[in-house]
Amino acid sequence: MASLATKAGREAASLARPPLQDFFPLYVPGPPPVDQVAVEERASSLAKRSIKKGAKVAGLKLAIAMMDLTTLEGKDSAGKVRALCNKALRPLETDASVGPCAAICVYPNLVPVAKRALEGSTVKVASVATAFPSGQSPLDIKLQDVRRAVEFGADEIDMVIDRGAMLSGQYAKVYDEIAATKEACGAAHLKVILETGELGSYDVVRRASEIGIAAGGDFIKTSTGKVQPAATPPVTLVMLETIRDHYYATGRKIGMKPAGGVRTAKQALHYLVLVKETLGDEWLTPDLFRFGASALLNDVLMQLEKERTGNYQAAEDFSKD
Amino acid sequence: MAARKSAATKVKSKGNRISQVKATNGTSLVQVDEVVLPVRLRIAKAYKMYVGGAFVRSESGRYFQVKSHETSIDADPSVINIPRGSRKDVRDAVLTAKNAQEKWAARTAFNRGQILYRLAEVMESRRDELISSLVRGGATAEKAAAETDAAIDRSIYYAGFCDKFQSLVASSNPVSGPHFGFSVPEPMGVVGVAAPEAPALLGLVSTVLPVITGGNTVVAIASDRDPRTAIVFCECLATSDLPGGVINVLTGQAAEMAPVLAKHREVIAIDAWTRDAELRATLEREGAGSIKRVKTHASPSERFWLEDGEGQGLGWIERFLETKTVWHPVGV
Repeated sequence: MASLATKAGREAASLARPPLQDFFPLYVPGPPPVDQVAVEERASSLAKRSIKKGAKVAGLKLAIAMMDLTTLEGKDSAGKVRALCNKALRPLETDASVGPCAAICVYPNLVPVAKRALEGSTVKVASVATAFPSGQSPLDIKLQDVRRAVEFGADEIDMVIDRGAMLSGQYAKVYDEIAATKEACGAAHLKVILETGELGSYDVVRRASEIGIAAGGDFIKTSTGKVQPAATPPVTLVMLETIRDHYYATGRKIGMKPAGGVRTAKQALHYLVLVKETLGDEWLTPDLFRFGASALLNDVLMQLEKERTGNYQAAEDFSKD
Repeated sequence: MAARKSAATKVKSKGNRISQVKATNGTSLVQVDEVVLPVRLRIAKAYKMYVGGAFVRSESGRYFQVKSHETSIDADPSVINIPRGSRKDVRDAVLTAKNAQEKWAARTAFNRGQILYRLAEVMESRRDELISSLVRGGATAEKAAAETDAAIDRSIYYAGFCDKFQSLVASSNPVSGPHFGFSVPEPMGVVGVAAPEAPALLGLVSTVLPVITGGNTVVAIASDRDPRTAIVFCECLATSDLPGGVINVLTGQAAEMAPVLAKHREVIAIDAWTRDAELRATLEREGAGSIKRVKTHASPSERFWLEDGEGQGLGWIERFLETKTVWHPVGV
């Protein structure tokens, strides 16, 4: 083995070994590995804070304003979407200071319905596209899906990345698809769903986040809600840290959206703590942080009513969907 | 071992297979046949509340202390720590009970009966433990035995009633028109029970079992005078095939927890047995605020609970049922 200490030795070594790329044609120098233990520890320590009284009410109202009220089921109908829109506009009948939610998230076919129902309000219409939730369709079909959703009036597009490509190391393919989707979006905001539950490790989540941001995503989003586990605090923390590092490097602010698995008011508050501690107050706005949820809203409303009346509430007193 | 044995002097007769011996250094040893062992420390039990089929400490981390009347029976020290439940414990228990209710009501009446029968079997096998717990709570041995036997029999009584009360309280109503009118009983939901201060076991059993017989689930506050016996009873529940969450038993101060139960909108009815007249008034007022069915009683005498004619009956099941009346056209 030639010594690497001398110039001649290094030349000999470089001749003897082919470049790294020849062994690993898919290798792209990536971000430093994520310290799994530290991330999980930090996420759990931030979830131990107790938030009470006035701060709790303020946090819960903020969480409602950040909510993408979502229905993504095969049985969705125009009626259900209209009901959901009404709920987004005025989540709590008795209190106009609560809400409205940030957006309604539906399948492309229901975008016109939501658009009509929300006309004149600040509530945005988000649509999933790109062969949601698997993303396993040819690119031209995915792009067509996006363009039609935008034509129907979607303000925001939630795309899924090709996890198969991501896991087999075809990062360029993932990047190109996101970039093409961003182009197809036009003026609509793009949220990139990583589906972290299928990515396997925090390292892959970190790399996927960087690809999503670099390719032009306005938001990065954890999950479709169709795969378990969906959003978890540690995975959200990894993504928030990617956003933070990108902000330090470029000054560009990327949004974050945990989706699926956030069911209780307490969890929502803990996510807000995570955001505040990682990115600061600037990100505590619906423009840069969203919850993708369906069951969360009622639990938050129950907690708000409990704070107002002093009594624990019954689930059946709040409309479902 | 041989050295240890030679250092010991026997204090009991040779005829015993197990005998106490004393080592020369003064520590106690036990000899079993030819083997000499040190006397072991007995393990004291950590008493916990029973919520969702699991034994849990209070979320608040608080405890209160209960004195034993006699401690020679087992490993318990003379003063034991019992979790002191908080309003958050109440809320958690109510949610658990709520989640368990539909599945419990959906079981066949016959199956509910089988489970209550199994409860009686388990109580019978733990009869001595229940009795000794009551004795430590202050009852005489005779009274404790009578109370335990009555509690076991009450479980059998409601086991039998599970698939029979429907026929007794339902009716086919006379209506004028081409319709049938049926009235059928339905469970109400989550019922909050503040068990009487005494008797600790029979009072809890008599108030809780008829409520679950009807298909409701229960959050009960055990007697704070003898909460240990309630916990021993919960150990019977835990091994009796009763699904988790159907009966949840909290320990602590009724005056602190019962008003939270009464205010909680998810609790559909409340059944309070307490000598505290002020607490009864509070529960009635708070219960009315959320339109509950509220039943309050000054605790009756122990005789009342022991007598079959008073402490059990169809009326006890009927108290926490709703009646649904269905009209059905004739000839369809």
